[in-house]
Amino acid sequence: MSELENKANDDGPGGGVHHGTNNGPEDDKGLGLGVVFFMGAFLVCFLSGWLLFPKLLYSKKEQPFNFDHNLHVEETGDCESCHYFREDGTFSGIPGLEACMECHTDEPMGETDDEAVFVDEYVAQGKEVPWLIYARQPDCVFFSHAAHTVAGGMDCKSCHGHIGESSSSRPYEENRITGYSRDIWGKNIWGIKKNSWDRMKMDDCADCHLERTGHKGYCFQCHK
Amino acid sequence: MIENKKVHKFGMVIDVDKCTGCGACMVSCMSENNVPFKEDESNKKDSITWMRVYKLTNGKSFPETEIAYLPRPCQHCGGIGDHGHSPCVSVCPATATDYGYDTGIVSQIYTRCFGCRYCMGACPYHARYFNWWDPKWPEGMENYLSPNVSPRMRGVVEKCSFCYHRYQLAREKAMIEHREIEEMEYQTACTTACPAGAIVFGDLNNPAHKVHQIVKPDPHPDPMNHKVVGKSRNPNVFRLLERLGTNPKVYYMSEREWVRKAGDNYLKGEWENVKTHHGASSSHG
Repeated sequence: MSELENKANDDGPGGGVHHGTNNGPEDDKGLGLGVVFFMGAFLVCFLSGWLLFPKLLYSKKEQPFNFDHNLHVEETGDCESCHYFREDGTFSGIPGLEACMECHTDEPMGETDDEAVFVDEYVAQGKEVPWLIYARQPDCVFFSHAAHTVAGGMDCKSCHGHIGESSSSRPYEENRITGYSRDIWGKNIWGIKKNSWDRMKMDDCADCHLERTGHKGYCFQCHK
Repeated sequence: MIENKKVHKFGMVIDVDKCTGCGACMVSCMSENNVPFKEDESNKKDSITWMRVYKLTNGKSFPETEIAYLPRPCQHCGGIGDHGHSPCVSVCPATATDYGYDTGIVSQIYTRCFGCRYCMGACPYHARYFNWWDPKWPEGMENYLSPNVSPRMRGVVEKCSFCYHRYQLAREKAMIEHREIEEMEYQTACTTACPAGAIVFGDLNNPAHKVHQIVKPDPHPDPMNHKVVGKSRNPNVFRLLERLGTNPKVYYMSEREWVRKAGDNYLKGEWENVKTHHGASSSHG
């Protein structure tokens, strides 16, 4: 293009100058518009991928009512009061209504609306609370709390983070395709993790196993 | 190998003379492991039976006719030289099946399997089965499924796991009590269901376990065939197709010679040479 323009300029002094002065600014304008268009399209695509895709991929569900971990830890003193091992070595996970009713009765102990919901709708009717479990692994996974906490000496925080200090239950996010909790893939849509509890995929298990035991483990160690 | 861990080698010995062919092992296995069945089970070619009872006859006419029943779970082969290269594990392109060097159990991971069925072709014991359909449970029956065993989907291969979930659960209990698991804490469903007590299950590496005491496995390679390791020193104990060197962890036992001979294919005159060949005497170790 520039060669042609140069030739045009060489053709004649009058015509060449005329063409040259007209063409220059027009080309710059086209290039500028192209860059603006590219940036605009990039921004739209980037933002829609960044902000809309997670919303599209995950559905949000609220817990039946808010649970204040902080308050309960203050009252009971530790995690094990509610999240305990059964005699057969299995882990109770989220305790059943029976465990809650060791302290709670038909009368609310506090004054929050959430406890009123708990007492009226679940305790009074003897109904289990349908909690949504953030940390639930896919069906093919066998996870042993005994192996990690009792035999491995790990604390709850290493995998669950600072859940014990939270005073409200965040919404449960479910992957619309797989049905798994968002906590498995992690909050970061690109799968970047900063803390050990940010993501709980198979590779995360394997990395820690390799580090601590020198072996990723055989399939059946964590699968069923 | 995982360090600082006691290496188990779980296996079983099945007394063919005690087996009545009742099929309780097959039923218990299916219900324990959420094994799906078809609406019409009359075509046995694509039925899924992790444990299958075969019927053997000595081929003689009355009055010498004899029948024996041979239950066949996955043999959990150790592969040539017992190094963990089982026929199925060696061929799987997806690493959907592996050999657990800590237990000697061959796994099968259904979510990893993509159903090429290469392992089924590699298995000399027909112990692997393909899911041609998604499981369909009669209404209400899904409530009876075991939560400890993951159900399978269409298009994947499945097989006997030596009830590995029972090992997982037994280990959890032992862990919170800070001890090792005991022999009777981990027993497969077929073992516990057998009314004749024909199946004995345990750790072949543990001399205190009954299975070790019956089988008395020779830990050294067989001098006649170096592929074979763990040959029994008990003259009545044999393995299926033992000379292939797949080194199964399922042993069979019979006092009847024709049953022991049925465990492999022998050329004319071959049996006479090998029938008295057993694992080396205990002086070996």
